[in-house]
Amino acid sequence: MNNSVITVRNLVKKFGSFVANDNLNFEVYAGEIFGFLGANGAGKTTTIRILSGLSAPTSGEVIVAGINASKKPEEIKKQIGYMSQKFSLYEDLTVKENIMLYGGIYGMSKSLIKERTENLLEKLNFRDYGNKLIADLPLGLRQKLAFSIAVFHEPKIVFLDEPTGGVDPITRRQFWEMIYETASRGITVFVTTHYMDEAEYCDRISIMSEAKIVALDTPENLKKLYNAATVEDVFIKIARPN
Amino acid sequence: MTEHLSRGCLAKRNSDREKQMKKVIESTDISKAFGSTKALNDIAFSVDESEIFGFIGPDGAGKTTLFRIIATLLLPDKGEMKVLGMDCIAGFKELRKNIGYMPGRFSLYQDLTVEENLNFYATVFGTTVKKNYDLISDIYSHIEPFKKRLAGKLSGGMKQKLALSCALIHKPKLLILDEPTTGVDAVSRSEFWAMLARLRQHDITIIVSTPYMDEAMRCDRVALIQNGSILTVAPPQKIRNGFSRKLFMIKASEKYKLIIALRKYPGTVTAYPFGDSVHVTFSDDSIDESLFRFLSKEGLSKVTAVETEAGIEDRFLELMKKGATV
Repeated sequence: MNNSVITVRNLVKKFGSFVANDNLNFEVYAGEIFGFLGANGAGKTTTIRILSGLSAPTSGEVIVAGINASKKPEEIKKQIGYMSQKFSLYEDLTVKENIMLYGGIYGMSKSLIKERTENLLEKLNFRDYGNKLIADLPLGLRQKLAFSIAVFHEPKIVFLDEPTGGVDPITRRQFWEMIYETASRGITVFVTTHYMDEAEYCDRISIMSEAKIVALDTPENLKKLYNAATVEDVFIKIARPN
Repeated sequence: MTEHLSRGCLAKRNSDREKQMKKVIESTDISKAFGSTKALNDIAFSVDESEIFGFIGPDGAGKTTLFRIIATLLLPDKGEMKVLGMDCIAGFKELRKNIGYMPGRFSLYQDLTVEENLNFYATVFGTTVKKNYDLISDIYSHIEPFKKRLAGKLSGGMKQKLALSCALIHKPKLLILDEPTTGVDAVSRSEFWAMLARLRQHDITIIVSTPYMDEAMRCDRVALIQNGSILTVAPPQKIRNGFSRKLFMIKASEKYKLIIALRKYPGTVTAYPFGDSVHVTFSDDSIDESLFRFLSKEGLSKVTAVETEAGIEDRFLELMKKGATV
């Protein structure tokens, strides 16, 4: 039985002579929360761009939601959601306009968008915010909304690139509860973070160092393997072996 | 009577100590608004000489606004800010010679090389790289092999080291670092803090802001800041000790289910996920068999619960909640 939604085999990505991804091999299973960790410059962003159909692998095989990334990258985009800390929503559009825009891009019907918008605003306690500009929302609310919009079209996988950077500790936790809830609905969550305590929330984590994946397992198993008390200690042992 | 006397002695001793310890920053009721947005409300604190003083709080708390006022780049609406004994408004020219400021956004010249940027900053402040090299060598040596590279072509970690070198090259008495570790991985963050600790031997006072609560432990004192107000100022260990309840660390095989179940349990006051466990407080500050029975009825297995010491983030959550209900 194969329930993997991402399969990566011998993935290599080069920019000129620079090797950004050096022979990566891993699988991500349906409905799991997969933490994708690594030091700055380790090559994480390159991998995420390939997995989301934005960049082509130099060699190797990448299958995302059943689609070959080298052959049909455009098809992948329909099956995934994406959110990052740096850019998430259009600030000069209202909450409802942003939802409408993304729903439209993903080809959802007007009636479906309307129905789900009502549900979404209800669920987030956002009733009063529907007609507010994104620019007028506090960062915490923005990030929660951005995440909800990234999964609005019920994608198979959602990619979250440092989604909680700079967010206050209460919102950060509420955000992770949204992640748990999403995963429990069967949507696979692929997440990067610099908060090592968040890495502990993941079902499995991989740690990249210098273009390679050097560790991949559940947080518990990695802690045992590296004889470390926390994922942060594991991370430090891997990133600075001496 | 004796109590009164001894309190008087204590007060005197404290004031003597204050005289010895020069204040590098004295902020009195600083407020600042942008239109209808109140960025800072009556901010009062002081920073002692050679301290590493941290401002810990989320984005939008007011950290950058406060730092810009300290750096003489922004005028407060109200209140007084004294830095190195000088008023931030009247004394801004003199102050700028004695302050090193590293803004949150990389703001060196991207089309100049590493070396050119450093020379430029040294020249602007009327000094040379050679003269103050000992101060920056610990940091600059990491990027010196790339001194001919354009600053815009550096990696994030190298940009950070160059920016810090440039902020230090005129040997400032006060170093202001606005979120130097945001978006930086855990290992590089740890190395950065080790560098700051070593700067202490050069008698430089450092104020630094960060959204990472764990970094508070690296400071001598920290101010927790939220929505433009300071929640508390104290040494980090004291902030942790201020947690008002007994805190329990609870684990089970299924984390999300555990959080939901704990929120349902009648005795629970707060339940927040922390790493691989949930930090929980109870109204009677204790746990008994009924909790385990409840969780097992909710379908949870492998439940463990132990009392634990509150961290900075626990206390921050507690203070945030208090602020929200007032």
